[in-house]
Amino acid sequence: MSQKTDSVKDENRRKILTKTAYTTTGIGAACAIYPFVMSMNPAEDVQALSSVEIDISGIEVGSAKKIMWRGKPVSVRRRPQNEIDEANKVDLNTLRDPQKDSDRVKKGKEEWLVTIEICTHLGCVPTPESGEFNGWFCPCHGSQYDTSARIRKGPAPKNLAIPPYEFLSDTVIKIG
Amino acid sequence: MSDKHIENDYKESLTERSKVAKWVNDRLPVISMMENVLFKHAYPKNLSYWWSFGSIAGIALMVQIISGLFLSMHYTANTEMAFDSVEHIMRDVQFGWLMRYIHAVGASMFFVALYAHMGRGMFYGSYKAPREILWWMGVVMFLLTMATAFMGYVLPWGQMSFWGATVITNLFSAFPIVGESIVTWLWGGFSVDNPTLNRFFTLHFLLPFVIVGAVLIHLVSLHTSGSNNPSGVKLKTKKDSIPFHPYFTIKDMVGFVAFFLVFGYFLFFYPNALGHPDNYIPANPMVTPPHIVPEWYFLPFYAILRAVPDKLGGVLMMFGAIAMLFALPFLDRSKITSGAYRPLFKKFFTVFIINFLILGWLGQAPAEGIYIMASRITTFIYYAYFLIVLPFLPRFEKALPEPESIDAHYKSKH
Repeated sequence: MSQKTDSVKDENRRKILTKTAYTTTGIGAACAIYPFVMSMNPAEDVQALSSVEIDISGIEVGSAKKIMWRGKPVSVRRRPQNEIDEANKVDLNTLRDPQKDSDRVKKGKEEWLVTIEICTHLGCVPTPESGEFNGWFCPCHGSQYDTSARIRKGPAPKNLAIPPYEFLSDTVIKIG
Repeated sequence: MSDKHIENDYKESLTERSKVAKWVNDRLPVISMMENVLFKHAYPKNLSYWWSFGSIAGIALMVQIISGLFLSMHYTANTEMAFDSVEHIMRDVQFGWLMRYIHAVGASMFFVALYAHMGRGMFYGSYKAPREILWWMGVVMFLLTMATAFMGYVLPWGQMSFWGATVITNLFSAFPIVGESIVTWLWGGFSVDNPTLNRFFTLHFLLPFVIVGAVLIHLVSLHTSGSNNPSGVKLKTKKDSIPFHPYFTIKDMVGFVAFFLVFGYFLFFYPNALGHPDNYIPANPMVTPPHIVPEWYFLPFYAILRAVPDKLGGVLMMFGAIAMLFALPFLDRSKITSGAYRPLFKKFFTVFIINFLILGWLGQAPAEGIYIMASRITTFIYYAYFLIVLPFLPRFEKALPEPESIDAHYKSKH
């Protein structure tokens, strides 16, 4: 075999080696970045603060109680019958984020509406019992929600979120 | 790029007169670098006061870095203590009030200089070949400065700090699928809270130094492509040029004096005029102020965000407004560099500036009724300037004759 073909063979081998080195370095760099990026996510103790219990016995019909859950305001509202009827009357096809009122409350507990009181537009706290639909009105950019806290008007894309919750008894709710 | 490289005559280099200077310069070429910039580099001799705003922005950056450094010695980045530590700076720290007001008013003054500097570039076509990269570095610095200013405004942990941070970080939730996780990652929690405040302080401290680095790149690019000038004509002979020192050192000093007069007026008489009184109420995550307004220098972009009734659409239009600045070198199809020789462009540019001011005014107006319609019209005009006027105007416009040379332009004015 001549020396020439030998050297060509060597060069090809060397290219594979170079590419392998680049690839390995790239993967290594990506793996090294991962923990740094993850360190900016919620820490374990923040994630652990995930449930609170509320006594709802003192809430009058037509009023609400506000508590903090994961740094967010949560409203527990005891709705009068006319608000529930109003929410049920709405034609679902007209809604931006269609959802039945009954899907937003616990069965048999329709008077209790539990929502994360944060506008789904840009995160302001909307004012309850106001706006054109007697629900919530967000002063920041004018989003309006109805008595089931569903988005009806304005820039927000979604209904007010319902946190995961359960009734521990008739007077205590556990959120989270 | 001028076809041939023009340089001012400079014979008496310090390195030839002093053996010590030569010894140093052979090991670290600081002396010849300074001599190049100050004496040899050719600056157009017809630069107007509009060209002062670059160096003014530079000195405003230094003011921010120095006052911020001293503030950071007394500030505490913790949600329980941040608000009180700012009040401590205001009441207890000796001259703390001065440091803080310099920093707060200085941020506004920095933006005054930046907007004037950018407006000058947009009128005189400073973004055109061969200065595209120079212009892009400028837009990058504009973005970095906006990010730094935004995070700085969060640090006092007042109501506007908290709710401004909430609204702006929530912009990222508009992006489908990954939006929510991005926001949680930015916050380091499930709402704007202590981890958020901590990282904002860290980044607010870091970014100004990144901006300093970007300024250096901006200057290297400037000295490679050369300064634009009011005539837009290239440097052709030595008669067109003068050295930076003493001509522009002294001219920039005049600009600095004027700048610090305005700065001092606000600093000593109306230090809170450019801020929002609600930021003297400690942050409360349970109550949103009835009317959230960003700092004045964000208002035009905030108005664009609110003009669109759709969440993602609004966010895209707002970021798009900045993207227009990046695309500017490609959008303007005119071969004439300086707007001074484009009679129709001049009119459209005036409309654009007035429209931008109206957008700013609408950004602080309530988002209802006639204001929404007005912000839609002004948003349309903003985009139309970039996407319709600049590309198509050269087809109809009859430009005035450009001067033969910078020297001829200079003589016609003096």
